[in-house]
Amino acid sequence: MRIKILKGDAGWAIFFLGPNILGFLVFMLIPLIASFLISLTNWDLLGPPIFVGLKNFINLLRDPLFWKYLGNTLFYMLAIPFQMGLGLFLALLMNKPLKLRTFYRTTYFLPVVTTTVAIALLWQWIYDPEFGILNYLLSLIGIKGPAWLASPAWAKPAIMIMGVWKGVGYDMLIYLAGLQEIPAQLYEAAEIDGAGAWRKFLNITFPLLMPVHFFLLIMHVIWGFQIFDAVYIMTNGGPAGSTTPIMMYIYNNAFRWGKMGYASAIAWILTLIIFLVTLVQWWISKKKLSYLSTT
Amino acid sequence: MVDFQEKTVVSFDNIAMKKRKFIVEYLILTTGAIFMLAPFLWMVLTSFKGPGNIFRIPPQWIPRPIHWENYVKVWSALRVDANFLGIHITQGFLMAFINSVFVSVTVTFGQVLTSAMGAFAFSRLKFKLRDKLFLSYLLTLMIPFQVTMIPTFVLLKYLGWVDTYQGLIVPGLVSAYGTFFLRQFFISIPRDLEDAATIDGCNKLGIFRHVILPLAKPAIATLSIFTFLSVWNDFLWPLVVINSPEKMTLPLMLNSLRGLHSTDWTILMPASVIVVVPVILVYIFNQKFITEGISLTGLKG
Repeated sequence: MRIKILKGDAGWAIFFLGPNILGFLVFMLIPLIASFLISLTNWDLLGPPIFVGLKNFINLLRDPLFWKYLGNTLFYMLAIPFQMGLGLFLALLMNKPLKLRTFYRTTYFLPVVTTTVAIALLWQWIYDPEFGILNYLLSLIGIKGPAWLASPAWAKPAIMIMGVWKGVGYDMLIYLAGLQEIPAQLYEAAEIDGAGAWRKFLNITFPLLMPVHFFLLIMHVIWGFQIFDAVYIMTNGGPAGSTTPIMMYIYNNAFRWGKMGYASAIAWILTLIIFLVTLVQWWISKKKLSYLSTT
Repeated sequence: MVDFQEKTVVSFDNIAMKKRKFIVEYLILTTGAIFMLAPFLWMVLTSFKGPGNIFRIPPQWIPRPIHWENYVKVWSALRVDANFLGIHITQGFLMAFINSVFVSVTVTFGQVLTSAMGAFAFSRLKFKLRDKLFLSYLLTLMIPFQVTMIPTFVLLKYLGWVDTYQGLIVPGLVSAYGTFFLRQFFISIPRDLEDAATIDGCNKLGIFRHVILPLAKPAIATLSIFTFLSVWNDFLWPLVVINSPEKMTLPLMLNSLRGLHSTDWTILMPASVIVVVPVILVYIFNQKFITEGISLTGLKG
């Protein structure tokens, strides 16, 4: 009986996993290998690929635009601590028996699920230097607003503000889930010791949320390297490349300028960076977490 | 997910402080909520304005007169010559709406089905290499889209699938995320039920259909909503694959309306509202599934 089931399972496994394995091979494994092979060539998709060895990678390191756009991408990530801090702040406020709790949670999370393209268009209109509502509101309190998306200095911060507005609900939700995992006894014990609200936050809440901090940080960094939609809509990388993220450089190289090899090389470098960042963060979090679990 | 526990809360502050503090909380959270909702409100208000009032400074808060016709005009915003299931369609935005519904529903159905099947194999079947296979599956979660994007496009080009529905749909039919997500749920379903079904003469397909799927309804609903939203909102992949207006999905259509006649906001704002409303409806009605699913796995919608 047992042997029969085992034999039968192999057949069923092929049936149930068939579509997955096929998809995995065709859209993951083969493209992954192909991507590396393409990165060793010059290929405009019109003629055959020309093997150039590591030339794309060498050129990349000498390409000032690559570094500029990588810098832009990292600059966008400066918003991460603000967004996480704001998300934690909101979660702390909401982690109480408030009547409107569901309403708040729904409201703050709403921009997270809505279509980025539509949101970006809306904010482009809000940011309009002449007719935008934002500069009008600023003028009411006597501030002459900047040109926002048209200004090389303000375009990146403008995109970041929109990004925090759109994304903060996610951080809030994850922190809220994390807060509910913290055992109440810890707070009770701290109160007996006479700890105030700030002490409790510093000594219990914040350190016990360490896994959540790390999870959010890793996800934000990974997503941060893939920023594309909002920038494409709002500025298309301008003015003068001051908002172009690295993902847009990949897109432009591949699909505008027909440089499949070069684009693949950038994609590989980027993947490597993401992989290293994840590894480092994972390593640090493991150290910190083991310290926490022994206390 | 963990339900809100009264116990946890009371311990935060003593009862005397509670009343005063909560007022502060309501005040901050409500102010924040206004900031979150105001842009949406502005989008809706602007969508009803005529070309004369849209550029007024100081801005006109309440549109007067209300230009309902913006919502009629928008459907034919771009002229196309399309044929969908034998029906001739010339209204570009309408076509994009149909495309978005069609692509999102197809991908969602396909992806949830293949994910459920894969999750069933990884959680319920015994076969050689199962755990190794699953591990390699997990590793693919780390591979960012930008690496596979270019070769996948090259593949589509060789298949002749560029600028087709297949090109939009087929790469989305399988998902390591979905498989992983459902497997986590499937392994928590007790085996007794399965054994009982086996004794009653059910084969594996029967167990999948009559035992696992009905019990996994909440997880399947959550994954369906996530998948639907992410396909509906997707911009980059359609941008890569689709060129012709009659195949565009809504985000692409929004993008091309923008450039068309030096950005006509009386078209763009109602168009944006129409793109966003289905998302908001899906979200509001499935709020519980979405927030719980995200709290559980960290998946983004």
